[in-house]
Amino acid sequence: MMSRQLTQRLVFALLTIAVVVTTLPIVIVVGYIGWTGASAISWEFLAAMPRDGMRAGGIWPAIVGTVYLTLGTALIAVPLGIASAIYLAEYAKDNSFTRAIRIAIINLAGIPSVVYGLFGLGLFVLFLQFGTSIVAGCLTLSIMTLPVIISTAEEALRAVPQSFRVVSVSLGGTKWQTIWRVVLPEALPGILTGVILGLERAAGETAPILFTAAAFFLPRLPGSIFDATMALPYHLFVISTQVPGMPIQIQYGTALVLITFVLSMNIIATVIRSRARARRQW
Amino acid sequence: MKQNRNWLELVVESLIRATGYSAILFVALIFVFLLREGLPVFVEVRPGDLLGARWYPIESHYGLLPLVGGSLVVTLGAALIAMPFGLATAIFIAEIAPRWAREVLKPLVEVLGGLPSVVLGFLGMITVAPLVRLTLNTPTGLTAFTGSVLLAGMAIPTLVSVAEDALDAVPKSYRDAALALGATKWQTIWRVTLPAARSGVLTAVMLGIGRAIGETMTVMMVTGNAARIPDGLGALFMPVRTMTATIAAEMGEVANGSSHYHVLFTIGIVLFLISFIVNLTASTVVFQQKKRSQRLLS
Repeated sequence: MMSRQLTQRLVFALLTIAVVVTTLPIVIVVGYIGWTGASAISWEFLAAMPRDGMRAGGIWPAIVGTVYLTLGTALIAVPLGIASAIYLAEYAKDNSFTRAIRIAIINLAGIPSVVYGLFGLGLFVLFLQFGTSIVAGCLTLSIMTLPVIISTAEEALRAVPQSFRVVSVSLGGTKWQTIWRVVLPEALPGILTGVILGLERAAGETAPILFTAAAFFLPRLPGSIFDATMALPYHLFVISTQVPGMPIQIQYGTALVLITFVLSMNIIATVIRSRARARRQW
Repeated sequence: MKQNRNWLELVVESLIRATGYSAILFVALIFVFLLREGLPVFVEVRPGDLLGARWYPIESHYGLLPLVGGSLVVTLGAALIAMPFGLATAIFIAEIAPRWAREVLKPLVEVLGGLPSVVLGFLGMITVAPLVRLTLNTPTGLTAFTGSVLLAGMAIPTLVSVAEDALDAVPKSYRDAALALGATKWQTIWRVTLPAARSGVLTAVMLGIGRAIGETMTVMMVTGNAARIPDGLGALFMPVRTMTATIAAEMGEVANGSSHYHVLFTIGIVLFLISFIVNLTASTVVFQQKKRSQRLLS
């Protein structure tokens, strides 16, 4: 019979191997993209229009498009998400209606991104006649981002100790004054983390903008919010699958720019979270 | 002045209440608009044809079985890969890893979770697909298996973070009791901690799989997109076409209001219902678990 210590050693070794197999490829592959993509990055690549059917020139319109889409999404999803979170954390009673809201949020979080694309096409592009446009894309991405923002913001609000609220109310503050001047400022770092993580997802998504906002090739910047736009994730999809004879350098370069964009948001969120945790006195 | 305050308070509160209800409104809106664009198909195409084995829209063959089968094969493969590796990673991070390893591993898994699906698809095309082609000696590396590997990568971050939370939530006293009785660390994990975190771990697996079945761009880029009904184990190493990829690939080319257009929305309804059921089940498991732990600890 195998001794218990031996079993343990064996199992732990297996687990360690599994963890290495899971995580090492991430390091290698992201590192490889960084390494290969870096040689494609130049001022022209970042700031020029694409030329020769996207086989040369830069990716400037795609970068601008992704920035527009992300900002537009923030404009809609952030106030809506935070207000919903305030409702759930501060106003909602623990009843079956609130349970229904929570189930709705969980389901919003689980709906496949391409189904959001269909919904956006049906409601914003066709029914409301916005056409394939930045505004239709932003609205679609906002609803997709909402559950992430709501659940993290609610958690941050709930983490503020009850005593803070009691003190504020005892000093004569109304409920809204208490929320606005006491609870929200305390919960701000947590809320900000959630907002950035939600927007990070919106910035990287392709399927929801496929039929609502994305343009295959548009060698100029969008003129209004009712124009279609290029976007980094869709551009990467197009140049890696749809255009024959695409120089591999441009593909790596675009992937690197997209990863940098998304991961730097991730890092900012992590930094805010850990700094707030270190400073917290309660 | 006092009057003003009350008035402001009232306005703000009703606004907040209204937005609080918006999540329900959005789910309803999504369902209504999918139905609105998808239901006409049952008038235009005989329901029997939708259950057919042939997806060839140009000749009005709208059999959904190959697409459903494709999604099932890819997702099943992803689950088989993601479960052992994801759970191993969660157990390692929550129970075994020294502090420094945890500080390295957690952000790393988060990076994987943060990679946009189109980047994952791109990575799959340049790394996993050639590997699959060379090792299996198949004509193309764009197979269901390639999709499964990458979808596993997509599911693992969700799986790890939920499962790790569940393991963390097991009270330390459980472990102390097992160790005090002379159990080894592994016996404690296997016989005490894991069973105690069972429902949370189950939720993790379900949410991970839910993420995989809805994934679009990655599978579209690496599974080869051939609509055929998978038959037997060999199908894992052939090109397939999933429900999500079909919508993404074909919606751009159909005429609004055509049967083909309506069928794509019908596929959307199927996906919506699947994710609804998965998430509802997962969330009730969570609710139950909370109740049980409250009972146990009170």
